[in-house]
Amino acid sequence: MNFDFSDDQKFLKGEARKFLEANCPTSQVRKVLEDDAKAYDADLWKAVAAQGWLGAAIPEAHGGLGLGHLELCVIAEELGRVVAPIPFASTVYMLAEAIMLAGTEAQKSAYLPKIAAGEIIGCLATSEGPGAVSAATVSASVEGGKLSGVKIPVTDGDIADVALVLAKEGGQPGLYLVDMAGVVREPLKTLDPTRDAAKLTFSGAKAERLGGAGEGLNLLEQILDRAAILLAFEQTGGADRSLEMAKDYALERYAFGRTIASYQAIKHKLADMYVKNELARSNAYYGAWALNTDASELPIAASAARIAASEAFWFASKENIQTHGGIGFTWQMDCHFYYRRSRQLSLVAGAPRVWKERLVSHLERRNAAA
Amino acid sequence: MDFNDSHEEAAYRAQVKTWLEANAPKAHVGSDPEGSDSLADSRAWQAKKAAAGYACITWPKEWGGQGGTPLQSVIFGQEEAKYPIPGNPFQIGLGMCVPTVMNFADEATKARFAGPAIRGEEIWCQLFSEPSGGSDVAAARTKAERAPDGSGDWIINGQKVWTTGAQFSDFGIVIVRTDPTVPKHKGLTMFWIDMKDPAVEVKPIHQMSGGSGFNEVFFTDLRIKDSQRLGGIGDGWKVSLVTLMNERLAVGGATGMGWSQFMDAARQTPGMDGGPALKDSSLREKLADWYVQAEGLKHTRNRTMTALSRGQTPGPESSIGKIVSAVQMQDLANEALEMLDQYGIINDVDLAPQHGGFQSSVMFAPGLRIAGGTDEILKNIIAERVLGLPGDIRVDKDVAFKDMPTGR
Repeated sequence: MNFDFSDDQKFLKGEARKFLEANCPTSQVRKVLEDDAKAYDADLWKAVAAQGWLGAAIPEAHGGLGLGHLELCVIAEELGRVVAPIPFASTVYMLAEAIMLAGTEAQKSAYLPKIAAGEIIGCLATSEGPGAVSAATVSASVEGGKLSGVKIPVTDGDIADVALVLAKEGGQPGLYLVDMAGVVREPLKTLDPTRDAAKLTFSGAKAERLGGAGEGLNLLEQILDRAAILLAFEQTGGADRSLEMAKDYALERYAFGRTIASYQAIKHKLADMYVKNELARSNAYYGAWALNTDASELPIAASAARIAASEAFWFASKENIQTHGGIGFTWQMDCHFYYRRSRQLSLVAGAPRVWKERLVSHLERRNAAA
Repeated sequence: MDFNDSHEEAAYRAQVKTWLEANAPKAHVGSDPEGSDSLADSRAWQAKKAAAGYACITWPKEWGGQGGTPLQSVIFGQEEAKYPIPGNPFQIGLGMCVPTVMNFADEATKARFAGPAIRGEEIWCQLFSEPSGGSDVAAARTKAERAPDGSGDWIINGQKVWTTGAQFSDFGIVIVRTDPTVPKHKGLTMFWIDMKDPAVEVKPIHQMSGGSGFNEVFFTDLRIKDSQRLGGIGDGWKVSLVTLMNERLAVGGATGMGWSQFMDAARQTPGMDGGPALKDSSLREKLADWYVQAEGLKHTRNRTMTALSRGQTPGPESSIGKIVSAVQMQDLANEALEMLDQYGIINDVDLAPQHGGFQSSVMFAPGLRIAGGTDEILKNIIAERVLGLPGDIRVDKDVAFKDMPTGR
């Protein structure tokens, strides 16, 4: 049994933690949160690119480090711990993964080296309004290589250079790579201003299909499965940090003549957080294995990882505020960074409700096949 | 990252498989089709394992074990579970009681007990819980006093409760109060006793679920030798910690009704709109949650085994198992009852789906949430030992046991 990261991967994780503690303290996150003009931390983005993290899983032939997805998972967990205010998920988990999965050699050569070098930021544009994305919610359309339509919200849409857009061509949903030059972007007010989003209006933007005609939704599912696992590591990192914050505060805060950490009401709350975090971690590990080996179990593993991690981060981030009491509700404390990010990450690749339905559908199919 | 055995593990597994193929029972023996086996079958299987060196794999060689690794023990357990083997009434004895004896008894005693225990000839039980102390084991009231004749013998009086296997045990280890004038943790002493002594009376407990898996044990002037003492006088609490430390390594899988049984039942039960209940969205959402929890536990076990495989001490994550599975058992079984609607009240193995498995789970789950550490105690353990939060303020710490307030 070898169900854990290797010593090299753990070393990388330790190095990533040191790097982010130095380059992404919460004071930096706060600057992005409080400055409306600051969509992301451009300095951190450059530094992360210089570390090679953007191309960790991109093959060397395409300008990456060619390490693998397990290395990307440990980096993701550390980014989640520090609520890094950079378009890492949009660019790496979504755009780069999509191109590696379904791109032609020409598309790979055109985009992957630039992603690895930090020269382009990506975004995934699927939603057009409230509710879960499906074939029925897609109005954006492509005709003669030109894409038109409106997407809202698009995380990192205000800063992206390339968008991967869900649109219909001849009535069939497909995924299209669109150069963002000329696309109208309207920044949106969001729950988590450390991860910006925009409304994008495409009016005959030049679009190049990724993957087969009419395979858009199928391909989108595969992309989201892969992204879900990487996001689960970010969520697990954020959930663990929330638990640490709650623990540290509970040990220092006195009420009724003793630390609040000595009250069972608080101890049991923190124990509940720990249990959920470990369930999330174990499910994320299985997702990492499935992602790295491209296992047939990938969709089920991804769903389980996403559901467990979304639950753990939500619970830990809200109960961290509760443990802090009144001070936890203030703007000055960092607790709300994690609460905000937990909402962002739970919703950005489809809500847990949708993933639960997908999981049970997959289980039904597996069961019928057995 | 993979799920493969290392070379050594694969070789050991192959060796175990070959031996089991030649020696393990192929079909359930005994008359009960559900596989509730007689003690004789269990003893015979244990003796066979002992002769081949598979009975106490992790025990040191000087105790009569194999000096093997914990993972070898897990591998044997995994492979053994693939056969219809009889029940294992030796687990508590070999896992907790005899290791305590081996740690604290004199040479003659150790030589006397290890062999028969390994071979399944003698069964041991653990006598810790009392009516006045379940979670609070150190509140034991059963007392041992020196015999007035100056022989150095001890006389034990009192009662233990929830003793698994007492009805067929030959020996037991018992924690008793030898000094009520000192604070409670300091006045306890551990002994081994002969369960067949006429001064020991065993009465089965009738559980709310209908079964009787546990016992009450009464001691009326049970006279024992001082040589039966395990550890120093007043050191019983420290000795008990050694006993319980051996309880830890349970890398077992979930049993009973889980998400997969629920899914099968939901496919065959009509739902709210006449289609199968499996199409009801509220049930699907819960099914997803249970699946994710079960997978989380499974892969947590895999992480624990990985640590063992690498020769490391498993992390504290293994402590979450029972608290998650016991609560899920209760919730899942109750949801199945609600899915069956009026039919859910039927508790008849011939009529209820899954042979009444959900009904029996609902009735057994309250016990599972209490046995081996209540939900609340397990949360305290996670909070204190894993997260490092302080213990509760203790009102019983510096008070002589005899002066402590007692309720029911």
